[in-house]
Amino acid sequence: MSSISLRKIKKSFGALTILHAVDMEIDKGEFVVILGPSGCGKSTLLNVIAGLDECDEGQIVIEGKDVSGLEPSGRGLAMVFQSYALFPAMTVRRNLSFGMEIAGTPKATVTEKVAWVAKLLQIEALLDRKPGQLSGGQRQRVAIGRALVRSSSICLFDEPLSNLDAKLRAETRVELKQLHETLGSTMIYVTHDQIEAMTMADRVAVMHKGKVEQFAHPQSIYEKPASLFVAGFVGSPAMNFLEGRMDDAGRFVTADVPIDIDGYAFEGARPSGEAVLGLRCEDIVVVEPGTPRSVPAKLAFTELLGADALGWFDCLGKRFSVRLGVEAARSMHKEVGLRFDMAKASMFCAVSERRL
Amino acid sequence: MTAATVRRGTAFAPRAARIGLYVFLVVSAVFFILPLLLVIMNSLKPMEEIRQGNLLALPVNPNLEAWATAWASACTGLDCAGIRPGLWNSIKITIPSVVISTLAGALNGYALAQWKSRHANMIMLLITVGLFIPYQAMLYPTVKILSTVGMFRTYAGIVFVHIIYGLPYTTLLFRNFYVGIPDEISRAARMEGASFLRTFWSIILPISTNILVVVAILQFTGIWNDYLLGLIFAGNDNLPMTVQLTNIVGNSRGVANPNVNMAAALITAIPTLVVYFLSGRYFVRGIAAGAVKG
Ligand SMILES: Nc1ncnc2c1ncn2[C@@H]1O[C@H](COP(=O)(O)OP(=O)(O)OP(=O)(O)O)[C@@H](O)[C@H]1O
Ligand SMILES: [Mg+2]
Repeated sequence: MSSISLRKIKKSFGALTILHAVDMEIDKGEFVVILGPSGCGKSTLLNVIAGLDECDEGQIVIEGKDVSGLEPSGRGLAMVFQSYALFPAMTVRRNLSFGMEIAGTPKATVTEKVAWVAKLLQIEALLDRKPGQLSGGQRQRVAIGRALVRSSSICLFDEPLSNLDAKLRAETRVELKQLHETLGSTMIYVTHDQIEAMTMADRVAVMHKGKVEQFAHPQSIYEKPASLFVAGFVGSPAMNFLEGRMDDAGRFVTADVPIDIDGYAFEGARPSGEAVLGLRCEDIVVVEPGTPRSVPAKLAFTELLGADALGWFDCLGKRFSVRLGVEAARSMHKEVGLRFDMAKASMFCAVSERRL
Repeated sequence: MTAATVRRGTAFAPRAARIGLYVFLVVSAVFFILPLLLVIMNSLKPMEEIRQGNLLALPVNPNLEAWATAWASACTGLDCAGIRPGLWNSIKITIPSVVISTLAGALNGYALAQWKSRHANMIMLLITVGLFIPYQAMLYPTVKILSTVGMFRTYAGIVFVHIIYGLPYTTLLFRNFYVGIPDEISRAARMEGASFLRTFWSIILPISTNILVVVAILQFTGIWNDYLLGLIFAGNDNLPMTVQLTNIVGNSRGVANPNVNMAAALITAIPTLVVYFLSGRYFVRGIAAGAVKG
């Protein structure tokens, strides 16, 4: 049984439609990351799931129960907000116990739970402070604690790490992942940071303009992006794109240069018409100029990244990034050939922008 | 130019600015405090000294006779019991009016800040208009309404009028404070299962101390110093001090006693002065405070 099902969720603010028929099935105990650029509707989707915003159409089923019309408190969810949203006038202890106090939980249980979560998140020493006396990272822990303390089986996170510095973010990322393994609860985690998405998620839902473009394992999002948007959004540096079309011989032609695409596994039949070829920087090999099945290219510059390097080449009227070894980058010639690894390439229909 | 003169030259400008600032502050303080000093001085003079006609002269035999008269035996119209009965009337009118109009304004303001729709803006507009209509224009309808429900010239009536006339003001002040508080705090409370009122009471009110103090002080001074509404709506048994003060000052029988008048005016003003002195710090803090940090 899935933990959460979203069925055709629609949401508009006035004339502006923010969510277009979002469908998702989330399994019990899964760590799902919702990834997308700023303004694509991630927070809106989370708020709709939480019940803080009402959806205009569609159905939300949580653990087999239709909760579409229920108040947030009736849905059995917990949520961590982007700005933490701790209650400023209350001590950390009361921040943690407030929800249970309202629910009328017996005092002994409350004390026990607060102690448990404080130990889990190592915030025991902070319990009697006010949020104003905490650092950003500490506030963030308390916010997570407030979400965990009632042992809801589903936790929602809205970019909880976006206000932390890079180091703390990396640490907390690992801790959250461990927490997920310890508690086994279903977690939905919103972010626009793809590293968080790739490292934490069991499955990633990539959102764009209020639609879920792809919902899959992070590795398949990276290797087999379902749409042009996903291909361009995930991965750094961005995927290299070549616009062209399929000719009658089944080759891909760009700037009058035919490119052999043997080895590419099409989703369906070999298509025709306008298409886009996408290649990741590590799926391009630098070869001697004139090597068969290669295209001529000119080195523009190289970037050393420490462990490896990036070469930027002008080729077929575009600039390509190619991942190189540090040594190779140092001794790179100006005139080279580039060979594309078609088994790992992606092709998209130029019209529908879907994967071919 | 040597280095030393340069240094002195640059230090001069800020110092001049400081001196200018202090001169300005002292002059304005004197400007505001002088009338008060004059009133205090003259209220301490016996009648003989007043008759000599020099307002600016220091009292030769300062005493509190005029104060005693003003307090307990000056004539306000027909009865001569001083301003004393008015004090209690003023207190019992002001306190519930201030408390209720402030708290209700806070609740309204919070609701309005939460409610994001075109209608909310419409209501804000109406409230602002409500602020600008001089209340003299609303007196007649108010009198009519209150007499219809039998509250005209009663204690409940005057308190009710103060609350209603204060609400647009308090609502607006609180609303503008609350729109600065991040929405997510209220949303978080909702996730925790707190109702609207519970959120307001347990989470929002505790972070509103500064604005509460500011609004309460403004309401206190406004209501305590009110004359017109008290005169019209309070009824003879509940006339506030301000009305009795004018009765003392304007009493046409007998001779004029400026020292008694001044003492009465001071007695009437003492509560507001005390409130300002006690809470001035909060007041400034509240005026200066922006949104609350989460
Ligand atoms: N209350 C509202 N009224 C009108 N428009 C809104 C409202 N809330 C959000 N929007 C709009 O909906 C869109 C999606 O907003 P949302 O907050 O879901 O974005 P997001 O994906 O969470 O972005 P971010 O990563 O910046 O947090 C935005 O274009 C925003 O302007
Ligand atoms: Mg957001």
